[in-house]
Amino acid sequence: MADHLLEVRNLSVEFHTASGVVHAVRDISYHLDRGETLAILGESGSGKSVSSSAIMNLIDMPPGRITSGEVLLDGVDLFKLPPHERRAVNGRRIAMIFQDPLSHLNPVYTVGWQIREALTTHGADAATAAAEALRLMTRVGIPEPERSLGKYPHEFSGGQRQRVMIAMALALRPDLLIADEPTTALDVTVQAEVLALLEELQEETGMGVLIITHDLGVVAEIADRVVVMEKGVLVEAGTVREVYKNPQHPYTKKLIAAAPGKGEMHAPAARAEPVLSVRDVRKTYGSFEALKGVSFDLMPGETMAVVGESGSGKSTLARILLRLDEPDAGTAHWKGRDLFTLSPAELYKLRRDLQMVFQDPTQSLNPRMTVFQLISEAWVIHPDILPKAKWRERVAELLVQVGLGPEHMGRYPHQFSGGQRQRIAIARALALEPQLIICDEAVSALDVSVQAQVIELLDKLRREMGIAFIFIAHDLPVVRDFADHVMVMQKGDIVELGTVRAVFETPRQEYTRALLSAGLDPDPDVQAAHRAARLQRAAS
Amino acid sequence: MTLQTDTILADEPNFATRMVRMLLADKFALCAAIFLVFIVILAIVGPSWLGELATKQNLRGRNAAPFDWERGWVWWMGADALGRPLLARIVVATQNTLMVAAGAVALSAAVGTLLGLVAGFSSPRVNQVIMRLADVIMSFPSLLIAVIVLYILGSSILNLMLVLAITRIPVYLRTTRAEVLEIRERMFVQAARVMGASDRRILFRHILPVVLPTLTTLATLDFAYVMLAESALSFLGIGIQPPEITWGLMISQGRQYLTNAWWLSFWPGLAIILTTMSLNMLSNWLRIALDPVQRWRLEMKGRKNG
Repeated sequence: MADHLLEVRNLSVEFHTASGVVHAVRDISYHLDRGETLAILGESGSGKSVSSSAIMNLIDMPPGRITSGEVLLDGVDLFKLPPHERRAVNGRRIAMIFQDPLSHLNPVYTVGWQIREALTTHGADAATAAAEALRLMTRVGIPEPERSLGKYPHEFSGGQRQRVMIAMALALRPDLLIADEPTTALDVTVQAEVLALLEELQEETGMGVLIITHDLGVVAEIADRVVVMEKGVLVEAGTVREVYKNPQHPYTKKLIAAAPGKGEMHAPAARAEPVLSVRDVRKTYGSFEALKGVSFDLMPGETMAVVGESGSGKSTLARILLRLDEPDAGTAHWKGRDLFTLSPAELYKLRRDLQMVFQDPTQSLNPRMTVFQLISEAWVIHPDILPKAKWRERVAELLVQVGLGPEHMGRYPHQFSGGQRQRIAIARALALEPQLIICDEAVSALDVSVQAQVIELLDKLRREMGIAFIFIAHDLPVVRDFADHVMVMQKGDIVELGTVRAVFETPRQEYTRALLSAGLDPDPDVQAAHRAARLQRAAS
Repeated sequence: MTLQTDTILADEPNFATRMVRMLLADKFALCAAIFLVFIVILAIVGPSWLGELATKQNLRGRNAAPFDWERGWVWWMGADALGRPLLARIVVATQNTLMVAAGAVALSAAVGTLLGLVAGFSSPRVNQVIMRLADVIMSFPSLLIAVIVLYILGSSILNLMLVLAITRIPVYLRTTRAEVLEIRERMFVQAARVMGASDRRILFRHILPVVLPTLTTLATLDFAYVMLAESALSFLGIGIQPPEITWGLMISQGRQYLTNAWWLSFWPGLAIILTTMSLNMLSNWLRIALDPVQRWRLEMKGRKNG
């Protein structure tokens, strides 16, 4: 079977931790040929990154231990190589790119230096390295490549940094490229560009690409074959189309069903008296205009989705509405009173009505407080809501309402999974009995199946309690099933505002159309059609 | 990865039993705690118990060597330049030493932390005033301040404590401020603000608990520094004056005999090292025991050993 470029056979890795042995991956096997793209699909904790770390020899031992299996690169078992030969494989034959290029590029050296270093450590002389670095920067599409070589990583945008990482990875013309969530941190339009670049480069060099992702859309866009992992076990393998159209394992079925953007769209009721009406809000940071006059109305019990890429001003808008930042101009009337002119005492009362759920529950929950303390803090701050004797009872009620149990009260946030933590954050927001909850990317950090659950929970709260939502997201499919109105923002401006049906089915603006087409569809056939349409547009 | 399972939480024991159990799990911290309790007891009973013996001169026994098992137990560590038993003197000196060191550290930590919290959280102007004040203290040689202040106020244990505290304030102030500046931008602080929490609540309920572990570690390290600074002042004649004794003073008195009677400085030095080391180990344990994310390390260890 030496004809495969990479073959992983019966690999098992375990980690010895204080609470016992964790089997990160159990007896998994897969293979990859030259010029082929294999995707490893799984949610967090599925062990999808562990097998690639084993290939790259990046597992810390101890606590990790490879208990069985072999990794064959062109028929040679990497685990049996002596250390110096093993080192020569990394970089030269196998290269890797990571999710967050900013933390994987050294901030104190220029990008050019870092690319040249990759070349010189593997034996190139300085002059060749310099020429090659320039060629690579040009190839991956960095504007002004010559000048960019002298820049530091922070001077690039996220997408450009990922391109730089790709340039570094390709410096030694590896046979195998491992990409660990390469586009998760990027905007949709940038994600499409980076994936396209990867595909082009693969065709050029004929390398094998191993892509690790949680996103069905990425799989549909780029992969030839896919293996699905759940809790360290490989549950399904096959070509992308096969797996999507005809999933065998219940977990794969669940994963595909959870992909957002397939349900009925909301039809908002006729517009009545708005509960929040925002007019011409502006904000500048130095010379950067974050918001250039934003106006919209929000009805009671309605969901307004705010969609835009990073830097579009959507988070600034949320912070200003909650008075975490002060606007430069504009008004926002909440039930007839201007939010921006309230005194601190009035603002304190208003906090009960307006609440926020943050993007990352790991950071928005104080790690030193128990769930009970976290939720009841609302009543410590606003003592008139609930007498102290009833706190325990009400916390239990709230926990049940968000799908947790009263027995979770004494635990700390780190003892929960990401989705459960976000539920705690929602329970905390509900403790104040608000009428508007602003969700700032509240589901972006969660796994797809958990995402669906949290959105369902929010929708239930809206129906049952009449809470209005402002739902900020960078991803259009997520808001499709949940929003009544959609507001698309770009560079501090509203480019399109309308009912969810109007925005998704008949987008009027070019930017909205670009966003919609850049979004990756989990269905490989639909995605292929998207791609064809995109290429055609690019050509014309 | 979520490694924690329901086992820890089956039934939550109350705070005190939990702490005791965690202390038992860490043998080093347990030894340190026992040693410190012993030192504190010595500090309380020492002067009244051995006070007389520790100041009685005996010129025939000058610089008597240690480990002479035939004499009484107070002589086991030898005797100083005036023939006074070292063991007794160390016991008696415990009280003064701990009072000055603990007092100075506690005072400087409390004031420094409070100012640091204010500096990190309030307007840029207040921040500037506090920080420049700290710079003034830091740029002034601390011994010089001490000399001036003690010369004006006269030397007493209380004044000594005050002076040492003032010179150490900037250490806590700067550390606290730097941490506050970082923590105030964290999401959970923002979340508290959205709920309408007051500044005071955010500072003391959300920010201080995160800073505190760093500060306790800093304070235990400072303990040794303060003991030695106190001996330097005593050496200059403006700190503790004989016949009062402290460990630091004993070290500096023994310095001139270092070549022929090492034990004069060695034993009080050992006392300082053991005390600060114990404090350090205990604070290390405390840091883990009070952190809900780290706590399992101790609880797991306890289970394995027991």
